[in-house]
Amino acid sequence: MNQDGLRLDERLERLKLFGLASPAILLILVILVVPVGWLFYVSFVGADGSYSLENYERMWKRRSYARIFRTTFEVSFLTTGLCILIGYPLAYFIAGLPGRLANLCLITVLLPFWTSLLVRTYAWLVLLQKRGLVNEWAISLGLWDEPIKIVHNMTGNLIGMVHIMLPFLILPVYGAMRAINQDYMKAAANLGASPRRAFWTVFFPLTLPGLFAGSLMVFILCLGFFVTPAVLGGGKVIMVSMKIVSNIELFVNWGAASALGVVLLVLTVAILWVASRFLNLENMTAGGGH
Amino acid sequence: MLRWLKSPATETQVTHGQRLWLYAISVLIMTLLVIPTLIVVPMSFSHSQYLEFPPETWSTRWYGHYFGSSEWMQATTTSFKAAVLTMLVATPTGVLAAYGLHTSRIRFVRVTFVLMITPMMVPLVLVAIGAFYAYVQMGILYTITGLVLAHTVLALPLVVIVTGAALKGYDMSQEQAARSLGAPRWKAFLTVTLPQIRFAVVTSALLAFLTSFDEVVVAMFISGGDNPTLTRNMFNALRDQIDPTIASISTIMILVTTLMMVLAQLFGQQKKPSK
Repeated sequence: MNQDGLRLDERLERLKLFGLASPAILLILVILVVPVGWLFYVSFVGADGSYSLENYERMWKRRSYARIFRTTFEVSFLTTGLCILIGYPLAYFIAGLPGRLANLCLITVLLPFWTSLLVRTYAWLVLLQKRGLVNEWAISLGLWDEPIKIVHNMTGNLIGMVHIMLPFLILPVYGAMRAINQDYMKAAANLGASPRRAFWTVFFPLTLPGLFAGSLMVFILCLGFFVTPAVLGGGKVIMVSMKIVSNIELFVNWGAASALGVVLLVLTVAILWVASRFLNLENMTAGGGH
Repeated sequence: MLRWLKSPATETQVTHGQRLWLYAISVLIMTLLVIPTLIVVPMSFSHSQYLEFPPETWSTRWYGHYFGSSEWMQATTTSFKAAVLTMLVATPTGVLAAYGLHTSRIRFVRVTFVLMITPMMVPLVLVAIGAFYAYVQMGILYTITGLVLAHTVLALPLVVIVTGAALKGYDMSQEQAARSLGAPRWKAFLTVTLPQIRFAVVTSALLAFLTSFDEVVVAMFISGGDNPTLTRNMFNALRDQIDPTIASISTIMILVTTLMMVLAQLFGQQKKPSK
């Protein structure tokens, strides 16, 4: 009797504690979940107001949509790939430094991480423009003869996006590298592995979870990216999120915009779901939140 | 120097000399990471119409332009108001949620945690148009209230993750000790737990501030009219031409961000409670 009472008390207590999360839950439901649910519904309503799949059919039939999806994936893959190529060696370099020096170098990763995305995009716009510093310096160094167009196109967009995404890759990779016990490398060398072999068979596999988490984060952020391609792409790089915005701002077509949004969301969730089968996603958020 | 080049750099006896290529590349990447943002600062002090580096004549002309424009000033006020209010709403809400999720071990906790971090996973554009639609219905479009609510939702995952991580590293039995000595739960939390996780709480608060202050896409849709944000106006200006005023605003934004981070570091230094 007494035991049952205690158990009931404990359950009530736990429910009460859970209730502490209710303001946050309510906010997310009202501001995010319900409206997105409504968009989901709108995507299945046709121009005449009845249930229809026309918003989705349009994506299949119109070639302009196919191009937009192709561009989105192209940009996301290229950005992720470049981030790995550039970020991994830097993370490796910093992880090998003694504590104080490593922290100093980490600041160069964190500083852009904290700086407003818009400010960084603007900075690249200024640097890459026709009369900008990059052109000016390249010409004075003799790299090319006259100003070339490196912004308002795919090149400019990629430069900006890689710069913005790099910290998201470097931080989790760096975390994974720091966690590696150096004795493993010593043991590998001791057992006769060449430095190269020790790196590829011992060190590199141990950094894979971090690399995977970082790449995933970068890829997913790229899929939904808007600001940088809108400014640095100069209308030549049209990604899904930009089409969603123009569907609303220019054509006031909620059905079309919602359908695109739903596809984008489903893609994102599907990728995260597949990834979560190989990886503990809480690690990823911890890496990104540093 | 020569000796350093030949000394081993790794446990596998690779020497520094053999790794010079890595050092060179890394220094180059680090420069490229930092320079683009920082170069805006001297450029903003150029007198010229065209952004030059190094500026031929220095002046604060573009700052004058910024501070003299009622439009920019209004946008700046909106941004600061929204950021401070977001911080004040998101921090307690998120800390409560993190604490609730940490202590109540009921079945829904995992699902709720996923719900808490959904704002990080849903593409921003979708959040933006969803909120836009909802706000038209609720009649809070183009209001600070609406802006703060949306930005709070975006900041909540960060607060929950950062505070939640701190709670995981905190020994709950300390709070239990306080309670067994007669302190009610809220008092035990405020006087025992909170002081020990305060670095995480302060960090979350600053992150919430920055989330709102730097946010562009959602603000593009739901701020405007009398309450456009700084980022919204900047974004619109960027689409038209390269206005040097933006360089001065960027410099100010870099300053604000840096200040926030220095504050976070200062709070982080005093790890042990002074009592």
